[in-house]
Amino acid sequence: MTHLLAVSQYGASHAVTITLAMSALLFTIGLVGFLVRRNMILMFLCTEIMFQAAALAFIAFGRMRMDTGGQIFVIFILTIAAAEAALALGLVILLFRRKETLSSEAWSELHE
Amino acid sequence: MIPMLSITDTHADSPAHAVVTAIVNAIPSPELGWTGLILLFPAISVVLTGLCCALRVKSKLPGWITVLALAGSFALVLKLYFLRGDAGAPVVVHLWDWMNFSWGNQDKWHSLQADVSVYVDSLTLFWLLFVTGLGTLIAIYATEYMEADVGKGYARFFNGVSIFILAMCTLVMADNLILMYLGWEGVGLASYLLIGYYYKKPAAAAAGQKAFIVNRIGDLGLAVGIWLIWVNYGTIEFNTLFQVWNDADRGVGGFDKALIPYCLMLGAFGKSAQLPLYVWLPDAMEGPTPVSALIHAATMVTAGVYLIARTYPLFTLHPDALATVAWVGGLTAIFSATIGMAQYDFKRVFAYSTISQLGYMFMGLGVGTTFGAAYHTLTHAFFKALLFLTAGAIMHGFAGQLDLRKLSGLRKVPGFKIVSWTMLIGCLWLSAFPYSAGMLSKDVILVQALSGKDHGFVWLGWIGLITAAMTAYYAFRVWFRVCAGPVFYMPGEESHDDHDAHHDDHGAHADPTSTTSHEFHPHAPRWAMNGVLLIIMLGAFATGIPGYMEMRGESNWAQVMMAHSSAFAGSVQAHVTDAVNFGMNPHQLVEVFGTAASLGGIAIAMYFHLLQRKSADKLRAWLLAHNSIRWIPVAMENKWYVDEFYHACVRGPAWIAGHILHFTDKHVVDGLMVNGIGRIPAALGRLFQPLYNGVLQGYATTMAGGAALVVAWVVYRWLTSGVGA
Repeated sequence: MTHLLAVSQYGASHAVTITLAMSALLFTIGLVGFLVRRNMILMFLCTEIMFQAAALAFIAFGRMRMDTGGQIFVIFILTIAAAEAALALGLVILLFRRKETLSSEAWSELHE
Repeated sequence: MIPMLSITDTHADSPAHAVVTAIVNAIPSPELGWTGLILLFPAISVVLTGLCCALRVKSKLPGWITVLALAGSFALVLKLYFLRGDAGAPVVVHLWDWMNFSWGNQDKWHSLQADVSVYVDSLTLFWLLFVTGLGTLIAIYATEYMEADVGKGYARFFNGVSIFILAMCTLVMADNLILMYLGWEGVGLASYLLIGYYYKKPAAAAAGQKAFIVNRIGDLGLAVGIWLIWVNYGTIEFNTLFQVWNDADRGVGGFDKALIPYCLMLGAFGKSAQLPLYVWLPDAMEGPTPVSALIHAATMVTAGVYLIARTYPLFTLHPDALATVAWVGGLTAIFSATIGMAQYDFKRVFAYSTISQLGYMFMGLGVGTTFGAAYHTLTHAFFKALLFLTAGAIMHGFAGQLDLRKLSGLRKVPGFKIVSWTMLIGCLWLSAFPYSAGMLSKDVILVQALSGKDHGFVWLGWIGLITAAMTAYYAFRVWFRVCAGPVFYMPGEESHDDHDAHHDDHGAHADPTSTTSHEFHPHAPRWAMNGVLLIIMLGAFATGIPGYMEMRGESNWAQVMMAHSSAFAGSVQAHVTDAVNFGMNPHQLVEVFGTAASLGGIAIAMYFHLLQRKSADKLRAWLLAHNSIRWIPVAMENKWYVDEFYHACVRGPAWIAGHILHFTDKHVVDGLMVNGIGRIPAALGRLFQPLYNGVLQGYATTMAGGAALVVAWVVYRWLTSGVGA
């Protein structure tokens, strides 16, 4: 594991590279999930996944710079994500009450 | 008291040869401030009759308000006249400030002053006397004539009359050209309003518009003339202008200076219905008859004569200017006389005779006798007002009947005696019957024309004599047809007017055997109309007095008044005995041929229209039967097709141009440019509209794709810049 934690000659260790790759993977999973699913709760969960991918990237870059700024940012992100999750789920429930369905296709009034 | 000027008084002793070369400087006279009341009385009447309009007063109140106001003005004019006399120096009374601009240097070309001030000289007084005097009388006449409209248009009618008198007094009293222009447009407005009095009748509305639009052409000339006067002389105040003119050089020369008289005469020709702008006046007869008498015969149409008399000195700026006035006047006189001979509507006959007589006035101005022009204006004002008022009485009595073939022998119809005999006086005066006022004033002009040595004025004199014969014929054609001969009448189309309603009670409705129409009862004029006719007839007699005095070689007040105004300066009075034709001097010529023309015309009219009425139709049929001459009666009856010619040459092209411009505006400016540019954002929106399908995932895909493109671009730049290499 030591080589994973060693600082590379480009200023980033292998551990950072792997973490960033994981972040990218998470983001892609979230994005694809958001694009292919029609269930609003699942779409919301996918956005949460993309959120965490961003948080993970913060951790990785914080590690690369060897300071705590990235980790502090993540604490804030988690807090806001929690608040926002409550709000978003509340919205989803309201939307469900209106049309008795969770499908996002029920909401297309902006279309002309 | 106004000081009399002694220099000019000496000229009054030899009226025909007097030449006053300098115009007397006006005296500022603040103590004559009450002359402003001459304007204020009609102005109050405008306000009060306007209020009567708004409050829908259902009585003759507005009529009597107007009569009272005009009589007040007339009384003040008389007071002013007796205070000043015939030969007083001009006075200027400053009433209040109006326009006073100055800019740049403080010289006269950098300022413009036009105050509401009054310039009273004997020319102003001359016009004021008959404008307010006849105005009052005709207003009294109208109180009865318009009684069918009490509660409907009565107040509106008298409002128009008050506006007219206010504007006309402003026109003749103004001390500067801008105030005069205000009055000039004011009388045009009053004329428009009163011609279109029966605005529900399409012909009346069209006639009002025609008068207004044709006058615009003339007014453009006047406006340009005023501008040129300011540019050349740096002032528009009459007194200052005349003093500049008194200077030795008089500013003669220069292209735009020479243009001034032509611009002014265009304005005069428009207002006074001369060729080529006369076409509005015959149509103006659509207005109520008192309006025709007051505005379109006696007073407003003489504003052009006044304008030229007032600015007479400026007409020396171009050597041919006065000759142009004379020739236009002479040709108008004979041209409209030919039309007048062939009309069957006798109000139109009088309208054409008005144009013809105005032609004489312009001829008089042009050949150099402003006295003759002003004197003919005065006599014409009385006898033509008389003729129109009698025509109005007949219209009033016979339900709008104006066709001289459908009325006959009115002098034997009960109640129409005064009308018939006063009309005879009017016709005699119009046809220049020997020793009538009409003959005396016309002769002054003709004698002067026949004395002329250049510009072909002698020919003009002969044209005037021929026209005199035609005038006598058509005047008596009307009288012999309408007032003489066997009694016979057919009512006009207004027979169901409410003022006839009370006559019907004992007519058709009471008689069960009556089938179609009720028996028609003429509606005889009462005291107001008859009284006014008699007074104006006496006035027509009185207007002969200056002429008799002139004939006996004495100085007379009309002559003296003209000689002491701007109308005399610069006029070259020829010695009338110089020219000789047929071994006679002009005086003898006019005496012999003028009398022959008048009596000959009356005799011909008597034969065709009293003694052998059928022969007139035979003559017409004979003329129409011959192809080589049939155009003569056809053209005369159709007014020489001048209206049709203007329609084709002016109205037609204007109509086409209007439609082209309308099409351009609607389809090119509005359609292509304004709305076209407006359509571009909409078209762009429609282009991108398919992207907005309302599917949430669609938006997300677009967004992700966009973000991916940005990332790809950044990575691409990063790789190619070599930073990561």
